[in-house]
Amino acid sequence: MSQPLLEIRGLEVAIADDGNRILNGVDLTLRAGEVHAIMGPNGSGKSTLAHVLAGRPGYEVTRGQVLYEGKDLLAMKPEERAREGVFLAFQYPVEIPGVSNTYFLRTALNSVRKHRGLPELDAMDFLSLLDEKAKLVEMEEKMLERGVNEGFSGGEKKRNEVLQMAMLDPKLAILDETDSGLDIDALRVAASGVNALRSADRGMLVITHYQRLLSYIVPDVVHVLADGRIVKSGGKELALELEAKGYAWIGSAGSPPGPGATAPR
Amino acid sequence: MTRTDRLLDDLAQQEYPHGFVTDVATEVIPAGLSEDVVRLISGKKGEPEWLLEWRLKAFRHWLTMEEPTWAKVHYPAIDYQKIVYYAAPKSVSESRPKSLDEVDPELLAMYEKLGVPLKEREVLAGVAVDAVIDSVSVATTFREKLHELGVIFCSFSEAVREYPDLVRKYLGSVVPYTDNFFATLNSAVFSDGSFCFIPKGVRCPMELSTYFRINQADTGQFERTLIVAEEGASVSYLEGCTAPKRDRNQLHAAVVELVALDDAQIKYSTVQNWYPGDREGKGGIYNFVTKRGKCAGRNSKISWTQVETGSAITWKYPSCLLLGDHSVGEFYSVALTANFQQADTGTKMIHVGKNTRSTIISKGISAGHGQNTYRGAVKIGKGADGARNYSQCDSLLIGDKCGAHTFPYIEVKNSSATLEHEASTSKIGEDQLFYCMQRGLSAEDAVSMIVNGFAKRVIRELPMEFAVEAQKLLGVSLEGSVG
Repeated sequence: MSQPLLEIRGLEVAIADDGNRILNGVDLTLRAGEVHAIMGPNGSGKSTLAHVLAGRPGYEVTRGQVLYEGKDLLAMKPEERAREGVFLAFQYPVEIPGVSNTYFLRTALNSVRKHRGLPELDAMDFLSLLDEKAKLVEMEEKMLERGVNEGFSGGEKKRNEVLQMAMLDPKLAILDETDSGLDIDALRVAASGVNALRSADRGMLVITHYQRLLSYIVPDVVHVLADGRIVKSGGKELALELEAKGYAWIGSAGSPPGPGATAPR
Repeated sequence: MTRTDRLLDDLAQQEYPHGFVTDVATEVIPAGLSEDVVRLISGKKGEPEWLLEWRLKAFRHWLTMEEPTWAKVHYPAIDYQKIVYYAAPKSVSESRPKSLDEVDPELLAMYEKLGVPLKEREVLAGVAVDAVIDSVSVATTFREKLHELGVIFCSFSEAVREYPDLVRKYLGSVVPYTDNFFATLNSAVFSDGSFCFIPKGVRCPMELSTYFRINQADTGQFERTLIVAEEGASVSYLEGCTAPKRDRNQLHAAVVELVALDDAQIKYSTVQNWYPGDREGKGGIYNFVTKRGKCAGRNSKISWTQVETGSAITWKYPSCLLLGDHSVGEFYSVALTANFQQADTGTKMIHVGKNTRSTIISKGISAGHGQNTYRGAVKIGKGADGARNYSQCDSLLIGDKCGAHTFPYIEVKNSSATLEHEASTSKIGEDQLFYCMQRGLSAEDAVSMIVNGFAKRVIRELPMEFAVEAQKLLGVSLEGSVG
C-alpha cells in the first residue's frame, strides 16, 4: 500500500508556557484522497492538534512524531510546512489591514510555487486563476481588493479561507471549525467550495464540534477526540450517533472523561 | 518575553546599505563655530554683503538661545565647537563643474551606487536632480530644459549669485532667522541646498529632486531649500538622503521654506534614510529639521509627505501656514524607529484664512527599543471661519520594548471650525505573523507586508518611483527583526 500522507504516532503535546498537557497520545493515519473528521467536546484538544500540525508557536511536543509524506513534519518551520502543502483553514482568520486580499494571495501563491520549483505567475495568469477560484466560493471581485479579512463578516472570512485553500492547492488541508459562526447559507457555500476541492491527491482533516458540517462534507472516517486522545473511530455514521447521544456516551465508553469532556449544549 | 517578542526583537537589527564612505579629496575647515567661521563660509560662496549680514544676525541671535528640551528624545549634549561646518570635495569647491562631463567620476560612481544616477538619460527624463554632498551641490540635471519654461532649479549658492533678488525676497519669509535654535543655527552657517522657482501659470513638467549625501566625518550638514510657486504654478519636489555608517553622531540641521501664491500647489515628498546608528544605538545622524510652507495665496495648497526610516534622532515638524482663504494643507507621514532610534515628529497646521482645510495622517512604527512620538498642533485663528481639520494618528508596535507616544495640541479661536481626531495603537501579534507564515510567507516578508499595509495610506501619496522605493525601505529597515 502507498505511503500515508499523514501519520501521527503517539503525539503528546503541552502548552509551552505552563506545561499543561493537552494531547495525550494521538494516533491517526490519513491517506491521500481521504477525508477524516475529528469531532470532540470543547477542550478535548481538537484545535491544538490543528495548530501543532501547522506549526503554531506556543506548544511543546513532549512525545511522539508526525510524518508527512514520510518526512518529519515537526522539524519543519511553519512556512516550510505551508510550502510543502500543509494548509490550515483558521477558526478565527486574522485581519491584515491595508494589504489587499489579491496581493496577499499572490505573494503566498508565489512563495509556494517558488518552493515547488514553479515559475512565479504573472499578473494576467494569476488574475484568471483567481477569477476561476473565486467563483467556487461565490466571492465578489470587490472583496478581493479589500484588506485581508478587513471588516469581513464571519461567513466572508470562512469563504476567504476556502478561497486561499483553492489557490494554494495543498496536499493536506486542515479545516479548523470551518462551520463555527456560520448561518446555514454561508455554511452551504463554504462546504460546497471544500467539496469541489476533494480529490484523489488531497487529504483533508475536518475538525468540528457538530455533526452539521459533516452533512455537507461527508467524511470517510470519523474520529472522536476526548481528553487529548482518539477514543473512537468509525465511518460517517459515527457522527450521527454522536449527534444523537452526545459526547458523554463516548466518554464512558473510552477513557475517563476529562474536565472538558462534557456534552455540547 | 514571549516567543513572538523575541522573534520580533531580533528583527530590529538593521542592514543599512548606504553606509559606505566615498574616498575623494575633500576640503575641510577646522571644527568650531564663531563669527569668523560664518564669514569664512559666506566668503567661500562669494556671497553679497546683505546675506553675510543676515547670517551674522542669525549667529548673534543664536548665541542668546538655548537648545530646546521639550521633545521626547534623549541624547548627550552636543558640543557645537566640535562640529565641522564646511566640507566639500575639492573637485567641486575649487571650481564647480559646469556640466555633468566635468564631475569627478568618483562622485558620479557614488551617486550611481546610491541609485541616483546623475544623467540626463531618456529613462530618467521624468526627474531632475540636484546632488548635494556635505556642504556643496555637485551638479543639477535638466537645468537648461527647465529654464526654457522659466522654471529655475539650481543649487542655493547659484541662486544667490544669479537670482539675488528672488532669494532676498523669500529667504526667511517663512522660517525667520529667529525661529528656533536649530533653524537659527542653520541661518548662520547654511552651506548649500536647492532653489526652485516656478513662475506664474507653469506646471513643472518633471519631478524636481534633491539628493543629500553626508560623506565627510564629523561634519554637520546645514542645507537650505527654498521653493516658490507663483500664481497658478504647480510643482512636485522630492528629497532623499543617506550617510555613511560611523560610530560618532553627526548633526543635520536643515531648513526648508515653501511659498505658494494664489492657486499654486506644492507637493513636497521626503524619503529620509540617514544612517540610523547600529544595533546598540551607537552613531547615526541627529536630524533636527525645520520645514514650513506658507499658503500665502487663495486656493493654494501645500502637501507634505514624509517617510522617515533613518536617523538616530528625528526632530521634525513640516508645517503649513494657511493664510490664503480656501487654502489647503496636508501632512502624510510614516516614521519608523527600530533599534535605539528616536523620532519626535508631526506637524503644525495654522489656520488663518477663511475656509482653510487641513489633513494630517500620521503612521508611527516602533520596533526594537525604538521610541516614536507624534507631536502635532492644529490652531484655528479668530478669522478662520469655516476651517476644517481631520487628523489621524496610528501607531504600530513590533515587539515589547519599543514605545509610541502621541501629543496632539489643539487650539481653536473660532466656533465655526470643524475638527476631527482619530487615533489607534496596535501591535503586530503572533496571530498575524503565524497566519502569514501558514500561507507560505517567511517571517520577514510577513512583517514587511503588515507594515506596508499599515503605512499604505501615506505611501500612496508618494510619486510612483518613490512609493516603490519607500516600500522596499520599510521592509529593509526591519530586516533581521524576525528570526
